[in-house]
Amino acid sequence: MSPVPDSATVVAPAGTDGLALLEPEKRSLAATYGIPLSVLLEITHRCPLQCPYCSNPIELLKANRELDTGTWLDLFDQAADLGVLQVHFSGGEPTARKDLVELVKHASAVGLYSNLITSAVLLTRDKLAALADAGLAHIQISFQGSDPAIADRVAGLRNAHSKKLEAAKWAREVGLPLTINAVMHRQTLHLLPAILAMAVELDADRIEIANVQYYGWALKNRAALMPTLAQIEAMTEIVEAARERLAGILAIDFVVPDYHAIRPKKCMGGWGRQFFNITPSGKVLPCHAAESITGLDFDSVRSNHSIAWIWQNSEAMNRYRGTGWMKEPCRSCAFREVDFGGCRCQAFALTGDAANTDPACSFSPHHAEMLGLAVEEAEAGGDRFLYRNFSGGTREADDAAGA
Amino acid sequence: MTALVAPAARRRFVVGEASVPALARGAQLRFDPSRGRWVLLVPERVLVPDDIAVEVLRLCDGARSVGDMADALAGRYAAPRAEILADIAEMLQELVNSGFLIEPTEKQP
Repeated sequence: MSPVPDSATVVAPAGTDGLALLEPEKRSLAATYGIPLSVLLEITHRCPLQCPYCSNPIELLKANRELDTGTWLDLFDQAADLGVLQVHFSGGEPTARKDLVELVKHASAVGLYSNLITSAVLLTRDKLAALADAGLAHIQISFQGSDPAIADRVAGLRNAHSKKLEAAKWAREVGLPLTINAVMHRQTLHLLPAILAMAVELDADRIEIANVQYYGWALKNRAALMPTLAQIEAMTEIVEAARERLAGILAIDFVVPDYHAIRPKKCMGGWGRQFFNITPSGKVLPCHAAESITGLDFDSVRSNHSIAWIWQNSEAMNRYRGTGWMKEPCRSCAFREVDFGGCRCQAFALTGDAANTDPACSFSPHHAEMLGLAVEEAEAGGDRFLYRNFSGGTREADDAAGA
Repeated sequence: MTALVAPAARRRFVVGEASVPALARGAQLRFDPSRGRWVLLVPERVLVPDDIAVEVLRLCDGARSVGDMADALAGRYAAPRAEILADIAEMLQELVNSGFLIEPTEKQP
């Protein structure tokens, strides 16, 4: 599971290629908030991996709480009617669901561009071929590193890395466009050049150099994951050089990690503006981490409400839409409609109030404190993980870390 | 340490008059009725081609060459063919570099 990058720029100005990113047009606050572009489908929380940075909530939903096949198929019809263009099958591990091929087939049939976000360890060549036949447009495979010992330790699963390599090869053989998702943190950043080489070798179209975002499990593991300042600097240089060297070979997506940023990211393209998330049990969230904000009541597709109704009327969806909810320094800020104050989940996690400015912003009174915390935790250097699982996490054995 | 070179399987190419491009599987051009506009769906992004880009992309069918496209458009726009050809090639090269356009394998030398 990995964060969906926000498609962040405004419509126009088209570049030399005559293409611009699509984003909702500016409307008055009283008007509707536009049509969502994409939906993250967390079809299950089950996963054979135990990554300590998982973006799922700490309280994972068991299999018996998951929506059934028929409900998902109906949701795809509704999403397509609403104007959704892309769906991302995610989890947990989406291939843990036996009906995945059927789900992809229906989503494609109703015109949704289907993307699979997977750890790939449960995939076979036959399953990949069936998914491709069902209309899957793209596959994104996560890697925990390039070195099998390190990658398997981060994933908390033996032989995970070698299975991923095999599945990535099959994905190309059946003709699927491939993105490598590499979640980077202090314990793997030294592998970055090798990870880029691995992506080229696997014939990937694209790599996402994703820095860990500290919500949920990752927040619990922050001290073990936070990169050092030297690593961040080196990382930026490595990415810039690789972009130049690999132009036309490998597309590289990279965003400076929040704790070391000056301007906050336009998280999700703005709360409730172009994206929503459906949890395994059917809750509709403005982002996959939104449940980390306490006191918000999210509507479910198991209610009598349609997705369209929830998108437009859900109190949680409307709570941080636009700029009306803002306090200072956001309220009078020239950037308020550029980044919408950054990430609500991060503001909540670090300041206790989701309506505060994201501390990633240099105008936040908490900004210096955030960077200080990052530096302190990176240098303290405790490397033991708390592994993600259904029982609230398991601490890594003493002798396993930093071997 | 492995050298960072593209494997032979790589299908990216330099766009020229004889190139015969087609949209890759991961890039889907659609008319979106909800928004009343053409969109190009690519991994993790939705791109909005302008009117001319839509025309060009619709010609990327794996059968027409870039030269054919320039001929078709030169007949309809009051601009020299050479200029149109250069504009098309520039636009398509960006899409090739992003992996959104391929040259179907059987067409490759």
